[in-house]
Amino acid sequence: MENIKKKLIYMDNAATTAVDSRVLEAMLPFFTENYGNASSIYSLGRISKKYIEEARKIVANKLNSLPEEIFFTSGGTESDNWAIKSIAFDKLKSGKNHIITSKIEHHAVLNTMKFLEKHGFKVTYLDVDENGFINLDNLHKKITDKTALVSIMYANNEIGTIQDIPEIGKICHENNVIFHTDAVQAVGHINIDVKKENIDLLSLSAHKFNGPKGVGALYVNKNLKINSFLEGGSQEFNKRAGTENTAGIVGLAKALELSLENLGENNQKLISKQKYFIENLLKIERSRLNGDYEKRLPGNINICFEGIEGESLLLLLDQAGICASSGSACTSGSLDPSHVLLAIGLPHEIAHGSLRLTLSKFNTYEEIDYALQEINKAVTRLRNMSPLWEKIIKEELK
Amino acid sequence: MNYSEKVMDHFVNPRNVGEILDADGIGEVGNPKCGDIMKIYLKIDKNIITDVKFKTFGCGAAVATSSMATELIKNKSIEEALKITNRAVLEALDGLPPVKVHCSVLAEQAIKAAIWDYYTRKNINPEIIMGKFDNTSCSCEDNNNSCSCESNLI
Ligand SMILES: Cc1ncc(COP(=O)(O)O)c(C=O)c1O
Repeated sequence: MENIKKKLIYMDNAATTAVDSRVLEAMLPFFTENYGNASSIYSLGRISKKYIEEARKIVANKLNSLPEEIFFTSGGTESDNWAIKSIAFDKLKSGKNHIITSKIEHHAVLNTMKFLEKHGFKVTYLDVDENGFINLDNLHKKITDKTALVSIMYANNEIGTIQDIPEIGKICHENNVIFHTDAVQAVGHINIDVKKENIDLLSLSAHKFNGPKGVGALYVNKNLKINSFLEGGSQEFNKRAGTENTAGIVGLAKALELSLENLGENNQKLISKQKYFIENLLKIERSRLNGDYEKRLPGNINICFEGIEGESLLLLLDQAGICASSGSACTSGSLDPSHVLLAIGLPHEIAHGSLRLTLSKFNTYEEIDYALQEINKAVTRLRNMSPLWEKIIKEELK
Repeated sequence: MNYSEKVMDHFVNPRNVGEILDADGIGEVGNPKCGDIMKIYLKIDKNIITDVKFKTFGCGAAVATSSMATELIKNKSIEEALKITNRAVLEALDGLPPVKVHCSVLAEQAIKAAIWDYYTRKNINPEIIMGKFDNTSCSCEDNNNSCSCESNLI
């Protein structure tokens, strides 16, 4: 145990991931050798263009879409903003001013909705059940003839819950509503087929699957009209101006290719580790798993420990070299704990004690055992000094 | 979250953690909904705080401010302890991130609540000595009244 104690144990892969060395290698030539502007006429520029178009084909192919349906962006946030705002303002022209989303979306979506509300749009935030699923009948009921767009995330970044995307898409299409999904946490981790799954627009981000930060893509079904978001040059079929991030785009495509290689086998192994970790964490008294046990992202673990607060748990784990995150108020940026944990019905005091561990295929059983040992130690230590824990135990004895 | 070295030291090695079974005064402030509760136990002999212990549920800053507060009042007279302000706790810790300043307010209030309890037990009306003191004033509805912080779950 001593030897791994000295190195960093990274269990926060939902926040971001390390760039795969093969991805880095693929990117490097585009900084110092093939640095040409893809819009230039000479060969140096044409090389960049060629590689960008290669990358587009790869991404299109992996999602079962067409190259002209893939637009590169600066990441998940931009893709979400672009998809939602463009569709909303376009549909407003035909009198449709209603959008449906869920209460557990990432802030890239939620705050975009808030922005649209300020501009007069009506937004319905669907409730989720105790495991984080939206109710399909409820979705159906909330659609009106004013509904322009439904935006539901593919998989949740905190609790890992994977929605029934094909059914959601089907309901949207039966009702003539456009369907966008924020698949930032899903792409590269589960196989996605935009056609079979009835998806009209999909956001993805390279840094969540061992690609570089600051590059992502938006898939837009070719039958949809999408307006440009950034005005300027004619890049990305005149829809997204700005000199292309060639290295980033090449890196995104390479990372996607690599992460989908042997995905089934890799995920089987990852899920075994995840379940082993979860089962052992749940041995800690008064702990509970957040999110669904089966329909969840392969590396995601989100667990609450009663009587303690998440930030202090993270600080103790950091002392032990373990990187993790929490949905406590102290890490949520507001006075309330995570909106996702509250939406699945957790009381504030329990939501404050949440811990999120997100594994990658690189995490070993040895690391998991070490983390289990350190989490047990930290939870015990914090509970021993917690007046809230004292109360919980006293209640129990009554 | 950027904590000073002193804050980290008091978080990792908190001083005076625990309970005093035969305490002369106990003060508890904060509430679980907001994510922080501080409980301070005092042993008082001839007006001097001879022993002090604390238990805290909360973030790193909540633990560190509790620990520092107990250090600041140990072996002090009640009058001296009542003069400890949240500023003093804050400065002794080399500062706190702005969003965490309230933790130092909680620490000041926990001391006051414990002394209040001490006077009450002695059948002395604390209000005459301490003035009005409302230890239920910490609620998370009030924007500056909780240990909230930065950063986001991404
Ligand atoms: C679900 C989800 N959507 C959107 C984003 C934003 O992506 P990016 O960091 O690429 O802007 C993230 C992560 O940060 C995410 O987890």
